[in-house]
Formats: sequence, C-alpha cells, structure tokens
Amino acid sequence: MDKRNLKLVPGRNPGESPDPVPGTDSAAVSSASLAMPGTSRAAAILPLELVDVGLVSGDAALLKEINLAFGGDRTSVILGPNGAGKTLLLRICHGLLSPTTGKVRWRDPDLAMHPAAQGMVFQKPVVLRRSVEDNIRFALKACRVERALHAGCLAHALEASGLGPLAGRRAMHLSGGERQRLSLARCLAVQHRVLFLDEPTAHLDPAATRRVEEMIALIHEDGTRVIMVTHDIGQARRLADEIVFMHRGEVLESGPATDFFARPGTAEAAAYLRGDLIW
Amino acid sequence: MRMVAEADEDLVEIVLLSLEVSLSAVAIAAVIGMPLGAWLTMYRFPGRRVVIALLNSFMGMPPVVLGLVVYLLLSRAGPLGQYGLLFTPQAMVFAQTLLVLPIIAALTRQTLDDLHRDYDEQFRSYRIGPLPGTFILIREGRYSLATALLAGFGRASAEVGAVMIVGGNINHVTRVMTTTIAMETSKGDFSLALGLGIVLLTIVISINALVLLLQSREKLA
Repeated sequence: MDKRNLKLVPGRNPGESPDPVPGTDSAAVSSASLAMPGTSRAAAILPLELVDVGLVSGDAALLKEINLAFGGDRTSVILGPNGAGKTLLLRICHGLLSPTTGKVRWRDPDLAMHPAAQGMVFQKPVVLRRSVEDNIRFALKACRVERALHAGCLAHALEASGLGPLAGRRAMHLSGGERQRLSLARCLAVQHRVLFLDEPTAHLDPAATRRVEEMIALIHEDGTRVIMVTHDIGQARRLADEIVFMHRGEVLESGPATDFFARPGTAEAAAYLRGDLIW
Repeated sequence: MRMVAEADEDLVEIVLLSLEVSLSAVAIAAVIGMPLGAWLTMYRFPGRRVVIALLNSFMGMPPVVLGLVVYLLLSRAGPLGQYGLLFTPQAMVFAQTLLVLPIIAALTRQTLDDLHRDYDEQFRSYRIGPLPGTFILIREGRYSLATALLAGFGRASAEVGAVMIVGGNINHVTRVMTTTIAMETSKGDFSLALGLGIVLLTIVISINALVLLLQSREKLA
C-alpha cells in the first residue's frame, strides 16, 4: 500500500483545517499543532521514553530492562513471536499497566494523560451497544473534544472509515472487520496525538485486514503517531517505518524497517523473518 | 371468574395492597441493591468475594426463615419493637425488601461485571473514572437490569411465607393475594382463592412476557 496516495477528506488535511486540534486543554498547544502543516500533532507530547522498564509476575520476568524512545512521526511496529511481551509493553506505554521497575516518560506528562492525547485499539474491538455514530459521539465526549467540533469530527470519521452508510446501524450488529473499523473511526474522530494498536487485524480475513490497514495508514497521514503490535511479518513490512523486535521479554533490536528487513541484526530476528519457529 | 370480571371490592382491595407492598419493596430494594451491585463490580476490597458469595446465597433465602427473623426484629421485645411495625403493611414491605434486595444486587453485579470485563480497558484508555464508568455500564446494561427488577418483583409478588408471618393476614389491613389464597384454600372456600389465583397468574405471566420482551430488545441493541 502506498501511503502517499491515500486521500484525506477535504478540509481536514493537517494544516488545512480551520478547526483547532480537538481534545487539547492548552490553546498554545493547539496553535503549535496548527502551525506545523503536514507534521505530526504528537510532537507536543513525544518523545515517549521507556527507561529500564521491567515487569515481573511471580517468579517470571515478563519484560526485562526495556530502553526505548518513540519520537518523530513515523509508524512504529513492535514485532515478535507470541509471548514476546509486545502487548504488555504497549499497555505499559499507554498507562494501562504499571511497570514493576523503570520509568515511562512523556515529554509533556500532563498533556499526555489527557484522554484525547493518546488512544488505544484492542485486538478484540470494543463497541458500545449503540449505533455506529453514537459510538463515535461517545468517544468524542469521553475524550472531552469541544462540542462545537463534534459534527465535523463525526462526518470526517464516517467518511474516512467508509462507515457512513452504516452510521445508524447498531454497532453490535457489525461484522468483526466493521467493528474494528469503528474502533479506528473513533480514533480518527478524536485525532489522538499517539495511537497504540494491539494486533488490530488478528481475527480478520484478508479483505477486512486490508481495509483496516488502509485506515491505519490514513490515521498516520492524518497526523497521529502510530505505535502498533503485530506478529504478522507481512503487515509489518506494509506499515512500518521503524521496527522494535522483541523476544522473550527483551527488545533485541530496534531501528528503521528497511534496515531490519534487509539486514536483521540478531540471529533470532533473522530466524523469525525466515519463518523459523524460534520460541 | 365472576369476582374477577365484576371487580369484587374485597378482591380489588387485596390486589391493590399486594401490588403496593411488592412494588414498594422492589423500589426500595432497587435503590439500595443496584448501587450495591455496581459498587461490588467497580471496587476491589478485602472480603469482596465473601460478600458476593453471601449475596448469591441470600438469593435463595427461604421466605419463612426471613419472615421469622423480621418478626423477631419487629416484635415488641426486638430491637425495632418500639416502632410498632409488626402486622402492618410496612412490616411486609420491610420483609419483602430484604427478600428481593439480594436478587437485585446480585443480578446487577453479574450484569455489570460482564459489561465491565468487556469495557474496562477501553474506559481506562479514555481515563473514565469508576463512577462515570458505572453510569455508562448501567446504560449499556439497562435491559438486563430491568430484567433483574422484574425478577425481584416476581419473587416478591409470589411470596407468601414472610408476609404471612410479619403481616398476620389481617382482613382489610395486611391481607394480600398469596396469604388470602392460602387462607381461603384451608377454609375450603375456593372461589376467592381461584379468583386471586387467576390475577396472580396473570401478573406472573405478564412479568415473564416483559422479561422476554426486554431480552429480545437487548439482542437488538
């Protein structure tokens, strides 16, 4: 998929919209975001740094001394086999889990903790028992997006996600792929600064996966910093600008995706890319 | 049948008192039981599992045992004897409230617990606190919660042991449908008993129809 060819909704392209970036308390930050056409709105809260992060459960060390920094406006993919600790790491980044050791630092911790600043899409899509558009409205309200912006954000999300014709349908009646697109549509509406995605296509068929991947690329193009987890090598190749490769709770390597796929730096990564069973 | 068709005065009085007592008990139990169920869902504290186990056990509390306990509480020598509530409709409401409360609280907890499991991480992702989260869960589970209320009403309206003990089945004061049916049957006078039986059966069938309707609405939601 060529992300450069993705079509954004007219009037909502970064830098073109007259609307302030929703969900920000600080007018200065909104202005700063608007003053950077085409750049990531995540700049105000990034880098996200993990310093010596570890997670222990009982006798098991689930994550071991993770040191990482997420900055810029790239799409990062955390790659690795099942049980590598990818999802745990993502949950720690988003604040759903606290590390046993080490620290998670945001550039602007107060702004980063605003519900609109960072969002997360889960492997199993979470939808409320309401219509598609009411689900998006709920997200806008929960993330404290200014009410005057709701109609525009809703229209943008419905059009960009292709869910417009299903706007009035009960979300519980959607297919798995449509539900996941609704999860992403909520993020499109809120325009999070950073979005964490936990294997969002794990249960989807190729056609639904393609549509979800198109939406992820669109969200990235829309100015959101995307950090996602997958064990699908093909998906990582399609979406990643940079790769964090994990194995048995450790980050074995991280860097540009092109370098990783051309010249994996560890035997485990090379074996994983070959399709060997490395667990 | 004639008594029902002609809306016999005694029969109407008994039916109205029955509905008043049961509806009051369900309303009071809902006001206490639903927040209790929600609290047990949203907060973790030592002994929570014990409280849940007790609540579930009390769902099957035998009405006569509960009636006996309430009788001892309200009797002249009991801790609440000074209020003179024994053999009044208020005593019957009190007993039925205690009977229905565990049902509503336990079913509320079960409903909200299932929803909480689905939505917890999403709510925490949105930084939604426990209290606003509870209100959202209640909205999401409104049909199941209405079913819990109807289950409570069904239990209260069909109950005879507790209201017989604490109400005393006094004519024009505490006589309700179930106690009247029991008394008239023991006297061998089946006409009033059958009339009330028809009314009670109609109420129970209506409740079940409502439950089915709500469940189908929930599936459509």
